[in-house]
Amino acid sequence: MGAKLIEFGGFEMPVQYEGILAEHRAVRQGVGVFDVSHMGEFFVRGKQATEFLQRVLTNDLSQLDAGRAQYNLMLYEGHHDFPDGGTVDDLIVYCIAPEEYLLIVNASNIDKDFAWLDSHRLPYVSLTNRSDELSLLAVQGQYAEATLQPLTDAVLSDVKYYRFIKTVLAGVEMFVARTGYTGEDGFEICFENAHADKIWNALFEAGKKFGIKPIGLGARDTLRLEMGYALYGHELDERTNPIEAGLGWATKLSKSAFNGKTACANAKASPTRRLIGFELSGRAIARQGFEICTADGEKIGEVRSGTLSPSLEQPIGTGYVEAAYSAVGSKIFVKIRERLEEATIVKPPFLKKERAAAVF
Amino acid sequence: MTFPETLRYTKEHEWIILESSDVALIGITDFAQSELGDIVFVDLKDVGTKLKANDIFGTVEAVKTVSDLFLPVDGEIIEHNPALKDASIVNKEPYQSGWMIKLKVSNPADVAALMTAADYKAHIGK
Repeated sequence: MGAKLIEFGGFEMPVQYEGILAEHRAVRQGVGVFDVSHMGEFFVRGKQATEFLQRVLTNDLSQLDAGRAQYNLMLYEGHHDFPDGGTVDDLIVYCIAPEEYLLIVNASNIDKDFAWLDSHRLPYVSLTNRSDELSLLAVQGQYAEATLQPLTDAVLSDVKYYRFIKTVLAGVEMFVARTGYTGEDGFEICFENAHADKIWNALFEAGKKFGIKPIGLGARDTLRLEMGYALYGHELDERTNPIEAGLGWATKLSKSAFNGKTACANAKASPTRRLIGFELSGRAIARQGFEICTADGEKIGEVRSGTLSPSLEQPIGTGYVEAAYSAVGSKIFVKIRERLEEATIVKPPFLKKERAAAVF
Repeated sequence: MTFPETLRYTKEHEWIILESSDVALIGITDFAQSELGDIVFVDLKDVGTKLKANDIFGTVEAVKTVSDLFLPVDGEIIEHNPALKDASIVNKEPYQSGWMIKLKVSNPADVAALMTAADYKAHIGK
């Protein structure tokens, strides 16, 4: 279908089909489908499954009932290369049944995550990597429910945000979760690879009347960034902790010991840097790695993501700056092609929408 | 994808055409705009800047990437295309309304020495 392919986390992935801006608009105004099958799926089962995940993840899983999903971070502690509290990955945990969980992790981190989890595994926990067997499609946009509903007997309006069900859709057994990373209503569906063509075709048939489009990684990035959602490799990496990344809400310092807890408590008590969102005054786009400076050109941080916001038609970005310079409303300057371009620190989401909350 | 015979081309995917004896229009090719994807901003060196062939005369920003623009021949920038305020014009009409600069060319004979459409097509493997 004329997709432009790029290498992404070791996978050949479509960066765009029709064009990033057109695909972005399709999701904001209609419905689009992302093939995110490159992401990893781990199953965690056994009578110590909850206890194990509570020790290796940051959020509190004790309240996570069957059928609910939760955003989490997995942090380093005692690693020889990375600081305590550094981020192994960010992931979504789906509670399938008591002591049975599905973890959906970032593609480029599958091997690293599995090794880290396995090295901390408790005796009564089984850990299975099914990333190569399962497909994952994200159907996102205001017509996502209307697209999927005719394909299943399940009542999708009963599946609330961050909940999921196991059901049959287009004749295939699958998980259907009301999750996504675009800021729009939508679903993520997970099923065995063998059914991928059948499901893809069924989605495009059902979504035809809503102008459904395939969406590449390029628009996935602009959509998530407009909402201020963190992306591993940009806002998060082995040397960032969730407190400075603004993910304290998913880091429950009140729960019992977990990897990175002490480091997070220290970061909270004496923050050194802070992830910020910014809007540039001009038209130039700040790219990952560009310097963030004061008006005098003194370096105070660096850009982690930057794009033109297709919805706002304005360059937006994120970056880490020294805590003293991180107040919302402050002016900062991004060095773009040896010029200092003025920007204003804003509180994400950049695109103000009713439901979706920013992740930082 | 089209490559008009009337234009001359560079390896860096710019095109040039003499409008008069020593004033040329310069832009980027259909191939370049297609590779870049949605173009959102064209950042050009100031009018009055004198540059040599292969010097950077600006940059073009797409959503996903940024690329430098290289001058095909020696000359002085005498005008920016005001229509670039909406930079998507470069995607839509790379050879017409999407031109980028007018250049006062130091040595007009340099233009004829650049790649023809056939040379350029061979260069990009089309």
